[in-house]
Amino acid sequence: MTALLDSVAYDAWALHALVWLPLVGMGWVLMATEDEARHIAFRVSTALFVLSLGLWFGFEPGTAELQFATSIPWIEAWGIEYALGLDGLSLMLVLLTTFTMPLAILGSFNYIDRKQKGFYALMLLLQTGVVGVFAATDLFLFYVFFELTLVPMYFIVGIWGGERRIYAAVKFFLYTAFGSLLMLVAVLYLYVEARTQLGFASFAFADLAQTSLSLEQQLWLFSAFALAFAIKVPIFPLHTWLPDAHVQAPTPGSVVLAAVLLKMGTYGFVRFLLPFFPEAAQHPTVVTTMIVLGVIGIVYAAWVAAVQPDAKKLVAYTSVAHMGFVVVGVFALTVNGLQGAIMVMIAHGISTGALFLLLGMLYERRHTRTIADFGGLGRSAPWLATAFVITALASIGLPGTSGFPGEFLALLGLFETHPVLGVVAATGVIFAAYYMLPMVQRIFFNALDRDENREVEDLSRRELVVLTPLIAAMILLGVFPNAVFERTEPTVRAVLERVEEATAAAVEIEPGLDMDITSDLPAEVVDPAGSTVDEGAVR
Amino acid sequence: MILDFTSQLDYVWATLPEIILCVSGILVLLLGVSGKRDPVSGGDAASELPSHDLGYITLAGLLAAAMANGWLYGVTEVGSIGLVVVDDFRLFANWIFLIAAGFAVLMSFAYVYRQRLQAGEFYALILFATAGMMFMAGARDLIVIFLGLEVMSISAYALTAFNRRDRRSAEAGLKYFILGAFSTGFFLYGLALVYGATGSTNIEMVGAAVRSGAATPTLILFGIAMLAVAFAFKVGVVPFHMWAPDVYEGAPTPVSAFMAVAVKAAAFVAFFRVFLVGFIGAYAAWYPIVWWIAGITMVVANILALAQFNVKRMLAYSSIAHAGYLMVALAAANDRASAGMLFYLLVYAIMNMGAFAVVVIVGRQGEESLELDDYAGLGSSNPLLAVFLTIFLLALAGFPGTAGFMGKIFLLQGAADSQLWVLSIVLVLMTVVSYYYYLRVAWYVWMRDAREGAPTGELFVPLPMRFALAAAAAAILLLGVFPSGAMEFAQSSVAAVSAFPDALTSLIP
Repeated sequence: MTALLDSVAYDAWALHALVWLPLVGMGWVLMATEDEARHIAFRVSTALFVLSLGLWFGFEPGTAELQFATSIPWIEAWGIEYALGLDGLSLMLVLLTTFTMPLAILGSFNYIDRKQKGFYALMLLLQTGVVGVFAATDLFLFYVFFELTLVPMYFIVGIWGGERRIYAAVKFFLYTAFGSLLMLVAVLYLYVEARTQLGFASFAFADLAQTSLSLEQQLWLFSAFALAFAIKVPIFPLHTWLPDAHVQAPTPGSVVLAAVLLKMGTYGFVRFLLPFFPEAAQHPTVVTTMIVLGVIGIVYAAWVAAVQPDAKKLVAYTSVAHMGFVVVGVFALTVNGLQGAIMVMIAHGISTGALFLLLGMLYERRHTRTIADFGGLGRSAPWLATAFVITALASIGLPGTSGFPGEFLALLGLFETHPVLGVVAATGVIFAAYYMLPMVQRIFFNALDRDENREVEDLSRRELVVLTPLIAAMILLGVFPNAVFERTEPTVRAVLERVEEATAAAVEIEPGLDMDITSDLPAEVVDPAGSTVDEGAVR
Repeated sequence: MILDFTSQLDYVWATLPEIILCVSGILVLLLGVSGKRDPVSGGDAASELPSHDLGYITLAGLLAAAMANGWLYGVTEVGSIGLVVVDDFRLFANWIFLIAAGFAVLMSFAYVYRQRLQAGEFYALILFATAGMMFMAGARDLIVIFLGLEVMSISAYALTAFNRRDRRSAEAGLKYFILGAFSTGFFLYGLALVYGATGSTNIEMVGAAVRSGAATPTLILFGIAMLAVAFAFKVGVVPFHMWAPDVYEGAPTPVSAFMAVAVKAAAFVAFFRVFLVGFIGAYAAWYPIVWWIAGITMVVANILALAQFNVKRMLAYSSIAHAGYLMVALAAANDRASAGMLFYLLVYAIMNMGAFAVVVIVGRQGEESLELDDYAGLGSSNPLLAVFLTIFLLALAGFPGTAGFMGKIFLLQGAADSQLWVLSIVLVLMTVVSYYYYLRVAWYVWMRDAREGAPTGELFVPLPMRFALAAAAAAILLLGVFPSGAMEFAQSSVAAVSAFPDALTSLIP
């Protein structure tokens, strides 16, 4: 495989192609007829997924160095480069994007019934933006892509969304833009500071991370960056845009929003907050605040989700809860916590993406999302029910599915540093079962007492094609999480090394806790503490 | 070619673009009246030279002036004793004026015809106004700035009131004239005080006197204050902005666009030259004033724009807000900020012209359909036009991928160099506010259905307008993705107004 990749000089052009080919596809879609648009978009995004597989095979695990790295001067006067590259973290997120995109597009074939050209063109534009965010290694370029993703999403929600789509779209846009524009000032401050210290202008991650800043400067910059990403993630109490956007967005919009757009925020945490501002990131107040907010997010979102009558809104709140696990994992500042956080990002992308697709399929059949309107669908649509149950279990974090290793490690990381908060956060896993399983029961198992529900069709072939890869991914990641861990571990270690290098008023990280459990952890091996929690959840 | 201004003929060469503009203005005027007039309409529908030809002649005049402007790059000036300067700062500004005038003419073709305006006078006034702007940008003497200011302003007053049949146009013209004359008074008074304080009206000599402390302190401060008021009036910043929304709303739309872009640009260029060359020695005195004006303008204009449901009026407030962003560059007073000002003005000219062009089209080449409601459903009936409008709005909002973003970054970089962090934060926060009202247009266009009974169907877009739209959109995207060339060009054009950094650092409060 590597030989094959080498023979076509894959390293040199793959990332450029993954970022820019969607734009070419967008042009193709715009030139096509209304009927062809979706097929072209699907073909383009599938081709891109196949292309991106080379990243997986060509990636050299065991090093934190940037791979597939290229850079071209872009705006030389300010030292801005068009620089792309991947490490373990960005590799996984790029793959997550290229994996979900074709499925989201295929899943929307029936859902999007007007202005199709515009829709699929925007989806491809969105793909350019998201892949660019994860692949950029220049802060300015990152920022451009980060903002660029807003525009297509704004229109996707606003044009193809539900009743209150405009409200949701504008709220989403303004919330996110507010955070990212404040971050822009922080970026420029950091840039000016780095330019003074380095003697040359540069926005490259590597150069900016070297800047030495006082604790006060770090705290300010940290706050600005953290605000932007916290809104995107979103962290309680900045999450209020998310339920609106998710509920109003059309199915593929929700899928992309949940699967990849939220990850841009958590990606920012790991990529910028820790290595750029290490002293601020381990300042006790900061750590406690972030973890407490994460824990509140987990517990609060679970409670709120449990009482939602609207299935889509329920799933939207589960996103807030899952993202809470990512936040506590990151700010545990241990290898386990970070590894778990990354794994939750990927698992959440797959399982929540699948949940939104499934809810979209239900909506196409029954034109309602109210849980009470369903009941007994397990008899009329058994395959649909099966897929839903597997996905719901993966979302809860049942051992053997993708949800488990990430949440387990994130909680373990938290236990190592903040045992009490760890206990509170762990209750979130129980609550996950508390909101998810009753929904499954009420939709699929109760009495089949409505005529409309008797006539619900089972999965079509197209829908099976959409769901099979997602379910396969849930199980594969649950059984072989090491495939991910071994690729992200060097990155995680590099980030933590950078954090530990920074001295000053930092939390004492006890040496024994920084143990490496990831390399030899089969997912089935259940830790006593973890198993109690998870068994409780399944019951 | 070397100019030393010892011979009067040198002035001909140094002001060649202005002369060409004036000559072509007179030519257009004469051709316009020479045609037989339609006695009924009073327009030139039946003239021998239809208004379109006059438009093309005007464009040819602008093109010739542009060539002369390009030629001036090969001219070197020695001795710096002339009343006009030949430097890159001026020439860059001239490009902005020419581009703005070109767009204004392109979007006027159908408008002039539809509204039965006298084409000859209309186009001639645009050319004269452009010549006035060029004089403002190229002046080394305050008197020349005053002359340019008057030529530009009087043409602009006339253009504002040009649509005699429309009461709003006449009202706007009168309002603009009275307030404009008032601000001219401030300018003259300030000029006199500066002359009294320094014994010169030559900006460079004023600058030397202020720096060395030879200027009478009280007089010069009053003079600076008066000139600041006059310029603030012309660029339309809070609290001297009151005239702008009414005038921009009442004037014929192509004229509003021309004023919001070119008049503002000319005033800014002169503002920068006078304050950065003439008054930099008193930076500590005027810095706080400019700082506050910038901050208040950004806040007030953006918040007031939120309340506007008339698109033309919304663009008027947005142009005030953009003036506020540019004032940040003046407060920063460093090379990067000045270059950012030039670059931003260039970008702003293109994107604002584009947005106004769409307003002209949706207004059916007249003054109807200016409300947000009239834009509902545009995305379905005229998708391509709606895409253009969206690009212009995103650019005005300063969104990545468009030139507006690069312009804002440039301004922010300039502000960062002078450590103006508070203003930078105000700027970005107000940008978020501005997203709301720019996006509101986008959501009417794309996410709402046309209201009941609204005229539907494709809008008529004349050929020159199509060219203008395509050129503006292409330029915005191109400058948004590959801004390097234009940025470096702007950066290399500001040597003439280069502030004196060492003098500055000690002055920053």
